[in-house]
Amino acid sequence: MRFLITTVVAYLVYLLLTIGSGTVFLWSTAELIIGAVFAVVVGALLRNRFIGKDLRMLNPRRWFTFLVYLFPFFFAMAKANIDVAYRVITGRINPAIVKINPKLKNDLSLTILANSITLTPGTLSVDVDQKTNELYVHWINIDPKVLKDMPRDYHPICDSFPDWARRIAE
Amino acid sequence: MDALNTVSYVFIGIGLFFNFIGAFGLHRFPDMYTRLHAATKCTTFGSIFLIMAVIVQSAGIWAIEGTLSQSVMCIHSVLALVALMVTNATGAHAIARAAHRSGEKPARAVVDDLESKAND
Amino acid sequence: MNWFPAIIAMAVCIIITVARIIIGPGAPTRLVAFDTTNTLVVASMVIVGMMFNHAIFIDVALVYALLSFTMTLYMAKYIEGSKF
Repeated sequence: MRFLITTVVAYLVYLLLTIGSGTVFLWSTAELIIGAVFAVVVGALLRNRFIGKDLRMLNPRRWFTFLVYLFPFFFAMAKANIDVAYRVITGRINPAIVKINPKLKNDLSLTILANSITLTPGTLSVDVDQKTNELYVHWINIDPKVLKDMPRDYHPICDSFPDWARRIAE
Repeated sequence: MDALNTVSYVFIGIGLFFNFIGAFGLHRFPDMYTRLHAATKCTTFGSIFLIMAVIVQSAGIWAIEGTLSQSVMCIHSVLALVALMVTNATGAHAIARAAHRSGEKPARAVVDDLESKAND
Repeated sequence: MNWFPAIIAMAVCIIITVARIIIGPGAPTRLVAFDTTNTLVVASMVIVGMMFNHAIFIDVALVYALLSFTMTLYMAKYIEGSKF
């Protein structure tokens, strides 16, 4: 099963890269055959690396959630860039590294959250504690309210992104 | 064709503005982490818009004239965009982690939770 | 469509970041500037491909993006001082 999924994904990527090369639909016959051979080789070599133990990411609802997630993510990204542009021009910064616990369980959701944090307003993920799944975040302009209590509130940092990541990958 | 060119010019303008902000942020901020903020966010966003201009232009020519070479250009630009978005965020995370473990301190930091944690 | 001013502006951006590679204090700062330069080079390579109407430039940009990512990861590992 994992071999089949890896082969199909590799073949689709190959077809995307060689589009417009011939006359059979959009591809030439040689490209189709070579692509199939290489896809089988890649699938045989990497079937244990590409997909983990469970196959829950095959559920199409998760992919649909991911596509919906791209819209608020893009708006947050635009806001982040205007914010950073403002700080570049005025030079008004107040940085800190804070620890947050987003209460996510597996690696994929944590990866999605860390990448989202890096590309969204004022924050940059620095390190991750793999035993307790806690993130260390560099914050360019810290909110003094967060500093009071020790289990930090993650809502000012990444408002609802942990919920999205949980919905996509858990 | 005119509308297509206008959209492309607007995208190029936005992209160049953010790329310049990213490049100047490298010189404007005091330490490595804040420079990483400016560099990662602004240049990723600006490059997305620049590549979007190319995608819009080539997709428009592909739709109007039906030339096959433009379709190659359009799809490969989309792949380059996806590769850039995924790799930039991950690379920034790797650089920040490596810098903190090698002992680079954040300048003017108010609080540093990571400092108390022992390096494993 | 005139792509030439965009190329010139990107070249100016690249020169600014290369200046940070040369003067920047310490290895991590230089690595940050290097990563930024790679991103700008990928974007300008895509624009050059559109300007000369050759798709091969965009293939080169794609491979360059992936290779520079690998290189950034290895340099980060080296700065961190851990085993591979």
